[in-house]
Amino acid sequence: MIPFIATALVAFVLYLILTAGSGSFGLWSPVELGMGVLVSCVTAAISRSFFISDTGYRMANPLRWVRFAVYICVPFFLEMARANLDVAYRVITGNIRPGIVRIAPGLKTDFGVLMLANSITLTPGTLTVGVDEATNDLFVHMIHIGMGDEKKEIFESADLFSIFPLTDWIRRIAE
Amino acid sequence: MIADLLILACVGIGLLFNTLGIIGILRFPDVYTRLHAETKTTTFGTIFLAAAVVVYGVSRLLESGDGQYLTLSVHTVVALLALAVTNATGAHAIARAAHRSGQAPSPAVIDRYLEEEA
Repeated sequence: MIPFIATALVAFVLYLILTAGSGSFGLWSPVELGMGVLVSCVTAAISRSFFISDTGYRMANPLRWVRFAVYICVPFFLEMARANLDVAYRVITGNIRPGIVRIAPGLKTDFGVLMLANSITLTPGTLTVGVDEATNDLFVHMIHIGMGDEKKEIFESADLFSIFPLTDWIRRIAE
Repeated sequence: MIADLLILACVGIGLLFNTLGIIGILRFPDVYTRLHAETKTTTFGTIFLAAAVVVYGVSRLLESGDGQYLTLSVHTVVALLALAVTNATGAHAIARAAHRSGQAPSPAVIDRYLEEEA
């Protein structure tokens, strides 16, 4: 029952965001509100077991969502901007030294690994190719490996991000 | 006036990065490095194109108070979030599929994933 209600609430909030500005009842028209309740109940009935899969409701804590929003807007965006300038430079000069390295971020939850993998992929110059499911190690294709760095067995995740420790941010958000 | 300049700047930056992404596809040697150029500089460029739409929507909203501009801005932000998540996941899926079907990164100074699979 709790997964159903939680999924329905999230779906309803999403529906409200999508239909903001449609009418006079607050920001919404009464028809949209009614449809929202109906659609979010159907969505929750279908997808509650995907949306809330593991036991425990860590992500229900609003502090984690605030941290998530801050993470996207400040450290992640700046990291992405810096890395984009780097790739733009490499596109123009063709100065690349690619390879696939292993990193051991030490994250435990699926959501944390997903967030880190997506963050790595979206910061250019690094691309997650595979996951070692036993240890949650990631295999990362890097477009430029520093001279001599390829001899390292395991890369620190700090080597991938130069400005902020994104792994620590993700650990605080997802674990 | 300020909004117009902001929109122009955002569109300019967005198009610049998207263009670099396309040049990257043509220049880079193998599938992985091409994925770098193609999926990510284009995501970054599209963030700025979306920012231009949001600035336009908000400025028109303040001017006219018409609800449709709020809808326009919000939908653009949601589309951007969907694009960022699916772009990253799609790039990962293509890279993993390429590696599993035996497409070794070339040139490459090292390939730890190959050692793992062997």
